[in-house]
Order: sequence, then C-alpha cells, then structure tokens
Amino acid sequence: MTRYMLLRLADAIPTIWLVLTLVFIAMRILPGDPAIAALGDAALPEQLADFRAKMGLDVPLWQQYFNFLYGTLSLDFGKSYMNGTPVLSLIARNLPYTIELTIAAMIIGVVVGIPLGVMAAVNRDKLPDTGVRIFSLVGYAIPDFYLGALFLIVFALNLGWFPINGAGDGFLDRVHHIILPAVTLALVKAAFIGRLTRTSLLEVLGRDYIRTARAKGAREPRVIYRHGLRNALLPLTTGLGLSLLATLSGSVAIELVFNRPGIGRMLIQSMTERDYGVIQGGVVVLALLVVLINLLMDLVYIVVDPRIRVK
Amino acid sequence: MTEAPVLVHAQPTAAAIRPLLKVEKLSVEFGPKASPIRVVNGVSFEVDAGGSVGIVGESGSGKSITSLAVMGLIPSPPGRIVEGRVEFEGTNLLELQKSRLPDIRGRDIAMIFQEPMSSLNPVMTIGDQIGEAIKLHEKMSREQRRERIVELLKLVGIPNPEGRLGAYPHQFSGGMRQRVMIAMAVACNPKLLIADEPTTALDVTIQAQVLELMHKVRRTLNTSILLISHDLGVIADVCERVVVMYAGRVVEEADVKSIFRTPSHPYTRGLLQSIPRLNDERTRLYQIPGSVPLAGTVKKGCPFVARCPDRIGRCAEEMPPMFAVSKSQRAACWVTAGAAAAASLGINEGATA
Repeated sequence: MTRYMLLRLADAIPTIWLVLTLVFIAMRILPGDPAIAALGDAALPEQLADFRAKMGLDVPLWQQYFNFLYGTLSLDFGKSYMNGTPVLSLIARNLPYTIELTIAAMIIGVVVGIPLGVMAAVNRDKLPDTGVRIFSLVGYAIPDFYLGALFLIVFALNLGWFPINGAGDGFLDRVHHIILPAVTLALVKAAFIGRLTRTSLLEVLGRDYIRTARAKGAREPRVIYRHGLRNALLPLTTGLGLSLLATLSGSVAIELVFNRPGIGRMLIQSMTERDYGVIQGGVVVLALLVVLINLLMDLVYIVVDPRIRVK
Repeated sequence: MTEAPVLVHAQPTAAAIRPLLKVEKLSVEFGPKASPIRVVNGVSFEVDAGGSVGIVGESGSGKSITSLAVMGLIPSPPGRIVEGRVEFEGTNLLELQKSRLPDIRGRDIAMIFQEPMSSLNPVMTIGDQIGEAIKLHEKMSREQRRERIVELLKLVGIPNPEGRLGAYPHQFSGGMRQRVMIAMAVACNPKLLIADEPTTALDVTIQAQVLELMHKVRRTLNTSILLISHDLGVIADVCERVVVMYAGRVVEEADVKSIFRTPSHPYTRGLLQSIPRLNDERTRLYQIPGSVPLAGTVKKGCPFVARCPDRIGRCAEEMPPMFAVSKSQRAACWVTAGAAAAASLGINEGATA
C-alpha cells in the first residue's frame, strides 16, 4: 500500500518537471522585461543591471533554468521582483484562501448536485428530471466568471447582502465573504455532479443486486441510497476528482472577479509584472496540488471499492 | 377467449387445503400502452404449502416474468400487470398497498436469481447483506443476528462461516455466491422460495450441489419452492408438479411423473425428446422445428401451432383452454382434448380430433 503510494508519487515527478520547464520557457518567450516592469520606464541602465544581477537574471538562460530547478528542489523560489518578499511566504499567504474557496465550492456542489442527481434518476423522464436537466444545461452553458459578475451586481451591489470584495477577517466574516464566490463556482459544479450522479445511478439501479435488495424487502429509499448510490459512487469518484481540479482552476477567474486574495489572483498579478519567481512558484504549487488530488482520488477509490482493496 | 364447447372443464387441482400461492389468469404487458406486448397471458397455477412446483419453458416463454410478477418486482415502466390475481395465503398481492409489499418480500416470499455473479452487492460484505435481510424483518440484537448469519452460512455449506462474514462477493466463486444468495433468501424462514434459474449459470457439479442444497432447505425449513428453469431435469430433481409455459401461456400442468410418462401437449413431448440420453442410438438430438414466436406476435390460435407436428385446423383459429387429461394433469391442446374426449366416450383413439 505505502509502496503503491510512493510509486504513484514517483510517477508525478516527470509531470511536475514538464510543467516547470514549460512555465520557464513560456515566461522567457513572453515579451517584457522584469527589470523594467519592477523599476519602471525611467530606471537608469545601471539600476536595471544591478537589479538583474541581484535577481539572477544576468546569467545565461540555461543557467537560470538550472538555478530554477535547483531552487524548486529546495523549495526556494526566490523573492518577488516587485517587493522582495520571499515567494514561499507569498504562496503561504495566498494558498489558504484558494483552498478555502475550492473546498467551500466543492462542498456546496456535492451537497446540491448529488441530491439533484438522485431526484432526477428516481423520477426519470418526469418533471423533476427535466428540471434538473435544464438546470444542468444552464450550469454548463454559463461561464463562471460571468455568473460571478452577475451575482456581484445583484446580491452585493444592488441588494447589499454580501461584501463586494476581499476575503474578510475572523470566521463569520470570512464565511460571509466566501458565500458568493463559492456559490458561483458551486453552481457550475452542481450541474456537472448532478448530471453525473443521474447517469451513474440510473446505470446502477438497473443492476441485478438492486433487484436482490428489493426482493429482500428493502424499501425504496434504502434501495436507492444504501445499494444504489453507494455503488454509483464508484464512477462518481472519478468525476468528483475531475470536478475538484476544475474548481481549483476555476477559482483563478473567480478570485479575480470577486477581488479575493488567492493563488489565482497572485498568479495573474505577477504575470502582468513579469515576476518570474512568483509565477514559477505559484504554478509549481498548483501542479503539486493537482498531483495530490489525483493521489487522494486513488485513495478514495480504495475506500469506496473493496475490489480494489484486495488486489 | 371463447368458452370451450367440449369436455370436462378445467378443474383446479387444489386439495382441501388452501394453496399457499395461487396465481390466477395473470397477464403482464410490456411496452407502450397503445401497442402493448403481452409477455404473460392468462397464466394460472398453484403452489401448496410445503409443495414444490416447477415452471419450465424456453427463453422468452414468460416464466421469469411470471415469477417477478409474484414478487411485485416487474420493472415498471415498461412492464405492468394488466389482469389476474396473485393470492398469497388468501391475500391478493396485486391489490395490496405498494408500501406493504416490502414486508412480504424476504419474510414470506423470498427469491434467488439466475446470476449469482451479479445479484450480490459488490460493495457490501456478505455478512452485511445477509444481516440486512434479517434486520429488515426481525428485531434482534447484533450478537443474535451475527449468530444467525453464521448459522445460515453453515446451513448452505460455506466453510469457515465466522471467518467469511467480512468477505466481499468477488472473493467467492459462482457456486459459493449462489449459496450466499440462498442463505440470504432463507434468512427469515420464508414460506415460499422462488428460484429463478438458480443453477443455469453454474457448472454441472456445482449445479448438483445447489440442487441438493435446495432439497436440504426444503427439508429443514419446510419451505415451499417455486422453481423456474428451462431444464426439465432440474425441475424433476426438485419439484413435485410441473407447469409448462410456452410463449407466455401455460400449455400443460401435471405432476412430475405424468409429465415424463404421458406428456399431453406436443410441446412438452418435444421438450422431452430434446433431452439427450446416454442409451440413445440416434446420432442427432431431436429438436423442435422453428423457434419461439416473438412475444406478442401470436394474435389468435395456439402459439405452438407453427411448430406443432400434430396440428389440426382448429389450432390456428382458436386458443385451446386447459383440458383435464387426468386427475392431476391438464393440457391446452385441441388434439389432446379430442383424444381424451374420444377415449372417455369409448371411441377409437385418434379417429377424430
């Protein structure tokens, strides 16, 4: 078991290396000079040279690349070009907000999506099913940043129920701040999860063991939840994993729309500033998160499906 | 159906004791209401308390649907019971409130299915699955339940039952899974056990073991059995009475001995001739020519007419009702009815039909 996990982690190393390399190359191909971005158009050539030397930008590209790889291995992404803050502490400051938003959105998505899917499957081709189908279609079709802007205008600006930006301080204030962005992200998730639940549950409800459960004298709620949904969780797990990844990347746009701190906003800001270290650090963290989520899904599989456990 | 103009009317074979299960003129349709397909058509039979009845027929004869109808487990939509009665201990299950059916299923009538590989929930331990069957109908403590599960696993011959409570279905072979299914079915001492092709998916030696187990269950728990099979040999092994179904109808009903000695319906005769025999000299096994008509395609006349070697003019026009051939045997065949009538009138057999 531990060996399996370690192997899976080892599998991820080439992936992460590829991501690192791509980011490094992409940043260097993009036009724009980080020194000018940091010091401004009016900076003197000596100042620029001095800045480049300090940030390690004066050495050949291949050397920069190896310095970057080496730094990554020792979890040192350097300092922000803009204000000299270590990249690691920038990440540490922003990451919790992104994780908080992702988890909140995921919870709402699951809590809304799965019951919707069950309702649709049980009432197949009837009114509730059609309702869920329309909801899913709308959810799929609306881009989340647009929905976010809409919510912002209606619920924050016009009705004043929610704050317009920021992440808040203290638990209650943070909850208050997270509701709108989380709901925005979650509605799209719920549409996806609802659809997925409906499909997998319908598939499972046609299986022989469902008939066995009914033959035993189990009543419908028990048949559906205990026997049906429990088995539908197997295909659902994959979908939930993918959905979690999508939520993570979706939070980038949402952080921007709601002007929330987080890795997404940090990345976008540093891109406009050509702040290589911050971009590279942020991407590495996101890549690591993706790998971790995939690993987590593997673990969930083992819990959910006893057939995997034994092998 | 028009009233038969001749002969003894079909007499119910029930003795003085009221039958445990009485199915009367059961019809089941599938598909859209505008153009329904009738897969079970006016099926009647009885199972006495402690008795064992087999339903035999080819694939598509409606035997499985009949058994599911008794359990109230016909998938609806697309299926529905359009007429008839299913009386269990005098109560018509079809009129019973839907919410009360689960109380009867598993407790009074239990069922095992053809596919032991897929009929068990893959993510529940077998201990939990058998335990659920008990928990749904009987109140007992955890320890008592556990003891009962072990007892049941012992009854069905699972080695080391205590150690296998936490095992999952995929850790069992097909035969063992069918044993688990049987343990689950008899968990609450049901009065009637419906077994739908319980041995079809198993290889021959395991088949014999499972049939032996069904005998044992019957002996020890005094459970009545309704066995569905396409295999007359299996039916003969377990059952006292046989119902032969063809294209959704009962074509013959008799005790096992009569079915084998004096089959009265041409279809039953065909079935018997198709059983391979060791001492047979023929090189090619007999087969009934043609194939079963698609469900719902027979609009009038006897459904077997196209394949029947003995058919007469009337067969294509009118569905024969069940005629009593003897005290314990009935068949739906004009030719047999004619012969029986002739015999009873003392005319030479086979002169007219």
